[in-house]
Amino acid sequence: MNAPLLEVRDLGVVFATPRGAVHAVDGLDFTVGAGEVLGIVGESGSGKSVTLRAIPRLLHANATVSGQVLWRGEDMLALPAERLRRLRGGQVAMVFQEPMSALNPVLPIGQQIDEVLVAHTSLDGRARRARAVELLGLVGIASAAARLAQYPHEFSGGMRQRAMIAIALAAEPALLLADEPTTALDVTIQDQILQLLLRLVDELGMALVLVTHDLGVVAETCDRVAVMYAGRLCETGTVGAVFGGPRHAYTDALLRSMPGTGTARERLVPIPGQPPRIDRPVAGCAFAPRCTHARPVCGTERPRLTDWAEGHASACFAADELGAPLVGAVA
Amino acid sequence: MNRSTWLLLRLLQVIPTFLLIGVAVFVLARLLPGDIVSSMLGERASDAAINRMTHQLGLDRSIGAQMLSFLESVARGRLGDSLAFHVPVLKLIGDRLPVTLLLSGMATLIAVAVAVPMAFVAALTANRWPDLLIRSVFQVGLSSPVFYVGLVLLTVFAGWLRWFPVGGYGDTAGEHLYHLFLPALTLALSFAAVVMRSLRASILQVLTAEYVDFARAKGLRGRVVLFRHVLRNALIATVTLVGLQIGSLLGGAVITESVFAVPGVGRLMVDSIFARDYPVIQALTLVLAVLVSLALLVSDVVQMWLDPRVGR
Repeated sequence: MNAPLLEVRDLGVVFATPRGAVHAVDGLDFTVGAGEVLGIVGESGSGKSVTLRAIPRLLHANATVSGQVLWRGEDMLALPAERLRRLRGGQVAMVFQEPMSALNPVLPIGQQIDEVLVAHTSLDGRARRARAVELLGLVGIASAAARLAQYPHEFSGGMRQRAMIAIALAAEPALLLADEPTTALDVTIQDQILQLLLRLVDELGMALVLVTHDLGVVAETCDRVAVMYAGRLCETGTVGAVFGGPRHAYTDALLRSMPGTGTARERLVPIPGQPPRIDRPVAGCAFAPRCTHARPVCGTERPRLTDWAEGHASACFAADELGAPLVGAVA
Repeated sequence: MNRSTWLLLRLLQVIPTFLLIGVAVFVLARLLPGDIVSSMLGERASDAAINRMTHQLGLDRSIGAQMLSFLESVARGRLGDSLAFHVPVLKLIGDRLPVTLLLSGMATLIAVAVAVPMAFVAALTANRWPDLLIRSVFQVGLSSPVFYVGLVLLTVFAGWLRWFPVGGYGDTAGEHLYHLFLPALTLALSFAAVVMRSLRASILQVLTAEYVDFARAKGLRGRVVLFRHVLRNALIATVTLVGLQIGSLLGGAVITESVFAVPGVGRLMVDSIFARDYPVIQALTLVLAVLVSLALLVSDVVQMWLDPRVGR
């Protein structure tokens, strides 16, 4: 693995709400190497989107972020505002889930690309326009020059997501943070957008962190995967290792609950129960109440992240029972 | 529908609006207590004189015929003569309307110039002391009656401090601005409070919008995010409100002009009501209603300019 571009250490996010503190992310560690594609998966509310937004410090004032987010060795959480601003949209760009609400409805697409170029490059007006046309072309938007003057509501959903990706790519970032970039799109468009992101990763050599709840998407696109549950990291490793032989009871249950690609008419195994409330830190393993492998220790002691192989680690007391290849699960 | 069609339809919409205003004014005049003819001729007029006058004014015709002829006269710009001043109503109004327009314009400028920055400060410090301070100060403006605010300003700045004249309008353009400053400030206070509260709420809402987070994620400078992404979107709702407030502003002008002895249409309205000068009251109601609907038209056009989604 390359030397990490981004190293997240013991990341914690606590939201102050009228009903008390919510521990959305708790003790999270992961790294992203140059040119690498990392998938962060988890159910709704598992803290994956919050994690992503905590990296460039986009969370609002009600969030308290702890730990370290090291960008090329420098802690982004401690960076002065102006340095952080130049990093955002410059080296570290982001794509949001809902292109309709993430694009400003009253500004033409061209201006929304142009302002990134103004903020991060010294190009003149003519060069910026040429670059904007080039970017729209890069993400597969036809007759790009004419599209610059149009507003988001004149674009289709897929086109809007392409335009948002073009905006994110404007300053040639080394890392793209993508928060469920395909969730709001229909299936055929989803696939096009994923193919586009993968092509851009290849062509531009940038790293990608892809947050998704879709295990199929991870299997198709990612080099490595980090599985989150209730704000904590359950398991991380290469897609092959984690999906081939999960070492965490939650990953295992998650994979068994997925419709497989095999021909066998296997019954799906749902995960019983609900994710825990995260208004106070859970003492043991957060998944224990729903876990079929749970042991007494799971309710009292928090499992530590343990390496099972090079780059494959999980935090599960039942890990030794697991690790067998799943049949009929995602390829 | 494209935007020019939308604009054309919006412009055409003033035709039925003006027609309805005309009908409403006609009906209101008939609902006024008292008899026009006897107030014109006095208590001791003979029956013959009353009948003659009733016929002259066309009041013996059917109500429908009266309305049609009223609307026709209005369309031709014939609004009759003032009973009190014996000059054409249009001349009376024409002399005074610029005063009121200048007063309202100054009030709007002051209100917007104060409210927009204050709304920004309040929204960005929401529920902390600058916000609470701004809201309490504006709350006073909002809850004080216009005539009372006018009297206080008059007493303090014209009476005690002698910074401004007690009333009147002056003769030169500079004097006009000087004389109208206190009355405009009076009108601006409650107006500014309404605009500030509305804009503060819109800004707070826009600040939570995804496109503002995305703008920050793009690495834009703070002021670019605030002015280009937040303010413009927040203003869209406020522009409509400003248009709607022009009505209350003109209503307030009626009182303020009386307090400050400003020779505008507001004061003419009050004087005409006391004098039962029906043609003037009728024409003024018409003119003010048309002004309000024009203000709404302007605010709709500004909104269209701010928001590219309007009319699509």
